[in-house]
Amino acid sequence: MLNNYLFMDEIKVKVKDLSLYYGASQALKKISMEIPEKKVTAFIGPSGCGKSTFLRTLNRMNDLIDNVTIEGEVIIDNTNIYDKNIDVVNLRKKVGMIFQKSNPFAKSVYDNIAFGPRINGIKQKSVLDEIVERSLRQAAIWDEIKDRLFNSALGLSGGQQQRLCIARTLAVNPEIILMDEPASALDPISTSKIEELIQELKKEYTIIIVTHNMQQAARTSDLTAFFYMGDLVEMNKTEIIFSNPAKKQTEDYISGRFG
Amino acid sequence: MKNQIGSGKNDHNPRNPVTFSKRKFRFSDWFAEQVIRAVAFLAIAIVILIFIFVFREAFPIFRMDQTKTSASTELVQENYGGTETVPSSTPQEKTKSESPEIQVTTIDKPSSTLLSKAWMPVSDNPRYGLIPLFLGTLKVTLIALIFAAPISILAAIYTALFAKPRVREIIKPVIELLAGFPSVVIGFFALMVLATIFQDIFHYASRLNSFVGGVAMALAAIPIIYTLTEDALTAVPKTYTEASLGLGASRRQTAFYVVLPTAVPGIFAAVVLGLGRIFGETMIALMATGNAAMSGINPFESVRTLSATIGAEMAEVVFGDTHYNVLFLIGSLLFIFTFALNALAEFYIKNMVVRRYQSKK
Repeated sequence: MLNNYLFMDEIKVKVKDLSLYYGASQALKKISMEIPEKKVTAFIGPSGCGKSTFLRTLNRMNDLIDNVTIEGEVIIDNTNIYDKNIDVVNLRKKVGMIFQKSNPFAKSVYDNIAFGPRINGIKQKSVLDEIVERSLRQAAIWDEIKDRLFNSALGLSGGQQQRLCIARTLAVNPEIILMDEPASALDPISTSKIEELIQELKKEYTIIIVTHNMQQAARTSDLTAFFYMGDLVEMNKTEIIFSNPAKKQTEDYISGRFG
Repeated sequence: MKNQIGSGKNDHNPRNPVTFSKRKFRFSDWFAEQVIRAVAFLAIAIVILIFIFVFREAFPIFRMDQTKTSASTELVQENYGGTETVPSSTPQEKTKSESPEIQVTTIDKPSSTLLSKAWMPVSDNPRYGLIPLFLGTLKVTLIALIFAAPISILAAIYTALFAKPRVREIIKPVIELLAGFPSVVIGFFALMVLATIFQDIFHYASRLNSFVGGVAMALAAIPIIYTLTEDALTAVPKTYTEASLGLGASRRQTAFYVVLPTAVPGIFAAVVLGLGRIFGETMIALMATGNAAMSGINPFESVRTLSATIGAEMAEVVFGDTHYNVLFLIGSLLFIFTFALNALAEFYIKNMVVRRYQSKK
């Protein structure tokens, strides 16, 4: 099943037989997939199908939850991130994450962006200034908030907050950006801004996005993976998934017969 | 005015149509509401009544004039264990020191002695100086806070942010159990155990002093500060922690740079409420501080706190006497301070929290 869509791309993330259990119940069942570099890969599927859980295994965010057991391998740049010797802190610098609900800190816009560089030991004001401006420009929000850098980030609109969170992630120079339904709480205009931004960002970053919105997956992604009940049902180029899916289940979901 | 809307017929029960065009009086709802309201106002009324009672009894102190009493024998100075010797040449006592044979003495106006440095309520020339009591309370409170605040805040940071759930489930209830200790038990422990241990370590003169009392009071305040700080830390949205870890911050960095600053108003409230507890604590003060009204700053001197003064003297005071009124004055002051502390915690800090979590719009 794999590889027919990947012949021309570098593989960034390779997942082998990944299973995840919450206590005794299995949430992911032997998932294997390959995710190409500098593309947008979308995960779709009904609620509770495991797509968000799977996304969170890619930067080990599930470590925060008690009682989780993980089997299998996730290989990013030739290293299995579930190895015992892995430095999770540095892994998360490399694999950034945007959450469903925008979550800026209760600090100023500037301090939000500068948080990542600061914990990495950058103290010089000029360097921080430069990172803040660059990140905000990359996240296409600089022009809107350049005059409010020192106001509380919580005073921004929902869409601005989400782009601020993207800028905050960009400020630590990740290679992969995980987005967990980044636009599900936003209005259509903010959503389209985020989608444009994703198109911009994929020139430099590998983007993996979980979405409930199938139009969004169709519009923004290069590849789409369909999850159902903890299984990866099908993964292919987005146009193929949406026009000519191989599996009946995928077709039923996409055409709105369930989910 | 048409009233057609409510007169439609209910399909299921055609004989009893539901109408809502006319307001219906429901006695049981009304009654329940009134009872709940009465109970709520009763609580407020009790607070106000206590307030009025305490203040009314304290008030006469400011109206008392200079009174003359004949002293039957020579003056016996009473000073509760203090080193302070009252020289006979203080301006207030000129009359009696110049003519000791005339056994009539001018008693100072009680309200004018309130700011003196002597608490001698049962001497022949009683003086009600509140300063040593204030200093004593302040000393004990500070010592208690210096011990209680860091210990309980660090313990809360550990259980809220670092400990494994199983460890947390053991530590949290055990610390909170300390809150259930009767303060007399803590006082007893301080009196018998802590005082001896500290005397062996620091070799001070008076066995019971503000240091022993402060440490014992810290024991009483730790569970309060701990529990409230823990709540404040766990109330910080999980999204903050996730965002921080997602950016590659370590657990320590997340705890100290993200969670702790966000919880600061709540932690401040916890400390203020712990302060209130220490401030009003009577039994421990009575048992462990030595109860001598001294106003030095040495932590190893005995002190007498405001609340311990009331606790020790109220039972023996002459009803309606100046001394009685002064004790009520102390009570009102305690009342005002704790009220102010709680008000600070309640309003100022709540505003800060609201400002932190909500957008300004």
